[in-house]
Amino acid sequence: MSLLITSSYVNLLQARNPKSSSFTYQIPSRFASVSSFNRNPKTKAVSSSLMTVKRSLIDTDGEVLVSKMEPAVVLVHRPPALDFIDEPLSRHRINALYTHTSPDSLQDFLSTHAASVRAVVSLGKLPMTAEFMSNLPSLGIVVCASVGFDHVDLDECRRRRIVVTNAGDAYGEDVADLAVGLLLSVLRRIPSVDRYVRSGRWTRLWDYPVGLKLDRKKVGIVGLGNIGSLVAKRLEPFGCIISYNSRSPKPGVPYVYYPDILSLAADNDLLILCCSLTDETHHIVNRRVMETLGTNGVIINVGRGGLIDEKEMVKCLVKGVIWGVGLDVFDNEPEVPQELFNLENVVLSPHSAGMTAESLTNVSEVTVANLKAFFSDQPLMFTVQLD
Amino acid sequence: MESIGVLMMCPMSSYLENELQKRFNLHRFWNSPEKSVFLENHRNSIRAVVGNASAGADAQLIDDLPKLEIVSSFSVGLDKIDLGKCKEKGIRVTNTPDVLTEDVADLAIGLILALLRRLCECDRYVRSGKWKQGDFQLTTKFSGKSVGIIGLGRIGTAIAKRAEAFSCPINYYSRTVKTDIAYKYYPTVVDLAKNSDILVVACPLTDKTKHIVNRQVMDALGAKGVLINIGRGPHVDEQELVKALTEGRLGGAALDVFEQEPHVPEELFALENVVLLPHVGSGTVETRNAMADLVVGNLEAHFTGKPLLTPVV
Repeated sequence: MSLLITSSYVNLLQARNPKSSSFTYQIPSRFASVSSFNRNPKTKAVSSSLMTVKRSLIDTDGEVLVSKMEPAVVLVHRPPALDFIDEPLSRHRINALYTHTSPDSLQDFLSTHAASVRAVVSLGKLPMTAEFMSNLPSLGIVVCASVGFDHVDLDECRRRRIVVTNAGDAYGEDVADLAVGLLLSVLRRIPSVDRYVRSGRWTRLWDYPVGLKLDRKKVGIVGLGNIGSLVAKRLEPFGCIISYNSRSPKPGVPYVYYPDILSLAADNDLLILCCSLTDETHHIVNRRVMETLGTNGVIINVGRGGLIDEKEMVKCLVKGVIWGVGLDVFDNEPEVPQELFNLENVVLSPHSAGMTAESLTNVSEVTVANLKAFFSDQPLMFTVQLD
Repeated sequence: MESIGVLMMCPMSSYLENELQKRFNLHRFWNSPEKSVFLENHRNSIRAVVGNASAGADAQLIDDLPKLEIVSSFSVGLDKIDLGKCKEKGIRVTNTPDVLTEDVADLAIGLILALLRRLCECDRYVRSGKWKQGDFQLTTKFSGKSVGIIGLGRIGTAIAKRAEAFSCPINYYSRTVKTDIAYKYYPTVVDLAKNSDILVVACPLTDKTKHIVNRQVMDALGAKGVLINIGRGPHVDEQELVKALTEGRLGGAALDVFEQEPHVPEELFALENVVLLPHVGSGTVETRNAMADLVVGNLEAHFTGKPLLTPVV
């Protein structure tokens, strides 16, 4: 799939470089089937009619320009250690400024560069608040280099007509893989027995607790979006009986729909949380859900820590109200309730579901593609619904 | 049947012990300090042996028990039983196929994910408080990686079906090509290793498959490849494996079985690119009970003159 810039721009390119007949920016084909992609039919055809020359252009070297032919500034707001986006931005000649590198206070930094910033790249869940954005009057887009966008003040973006995009399905497979990995690790006690062997205690055969079987278990997926669907697909050959709860039933899926999480918990043994964190889903797994799930119940969370009432979860685990949990996310990362450390049927992961080289490459590609699309007024991928 | 002597070779399941105790005169071999004395004293009353993956009925034991009629193994593997001698003497042999296929296949995938995504390391990282100092390192993606399976029997096929859901291309090595499946066949284990990111051992242990994963295979698998063993320890040349891992010639290994269980080479304890499990392939409550029911069912069938449930010999 490619974005074809219309012929007025082509004319401009030809005037500057007679050898080139067209310029296309290739979106990696694996993103081609994204449903939220806003297809603008006009851009697909090479039309001979003139279109208004856009305020922003991309020159033949790929560098993004503003109307005065000066480099557009993209503000990158990220934690100092999370630097995977830097090289792709530089390689694509995107003029990036980094909030964390300035010796000035954030406030001073923002006021200095305010006018020229039209795009922000948001990484690592640093809050994208109304206050932060109030320093950037020209801001038109927040590009989240993550699937989660619960750290962005969407009300403010809606009010100011700032577009928000996320990383879509860029690391869906890796998150789904980790969900299954956590499930198997909890049920079969993998980290626990690995510790047992490494401690040198395996001296008498067969004297450790065994695990729980996965075959024929009923698995309830909370949120059947991209990640939830990938998890379901992976669990099918394990003999799991899969059902789900979602805001609305998904037509055409072979799994049973439950209208609410309590009925899902009542009928299932294992819950996998794959939904986004919103006001509605905050603490969606509460004490009542856990009691309903039962003493052989296991919960896997690869969504957001806030989906579970963490304090209640700890109490339920300690008292045996549920059997175990596998968690990649927590309420107040990197803080993790200490009581979990003594429990054997618990597997803990440091929010690493999307942290493979392949996923980060995918996220970078989507981020760069959306920045370029934004600056050339082309359709964006993975826009977040604000209304 | 309470007078029938049944010799249980080692602890394997308290549920099984109880069920055998209820029905037979159960002898616990591991409780006798002087094994030869024990065998002398009970040689004429023991008519059945219950073994498992660690201890079965070798030629010596068969000779020591002249009244032995049946060996019922609490395992699907038969490598601890002298099948030839059993056949020769008309001793029946049963095992526990099918009931443990899913659990073993599940564990193989669990091991792949735990190894590639460093789940044991991650769990340690959080518990130690290190996460407060910084994020964990990047790990390796599983989806889409090629999986090479040695042995495409019940367990190998179940592993292949699961890996397919992760979009993994499946390769295999087997004694013969399977014409009705779409996976890619390789005529040697070295070729299989060369062309796979993940190599899984899922064949029976016989004289021919001992050390089927040798140095050559490990070198072919390479520094980016990983080995998963849910078969038997002797499938892999363990000394070579330790060298390959500590020297960085092999990318990683996840092992549920070892050559001299419960002994595990200590050099492996410090490595973060290994996962080490104490032979838990069939280790779930449900499966161990189903296996126990098969062992008891086979013994009952034999001693009441009915057809055996899962005979091998």
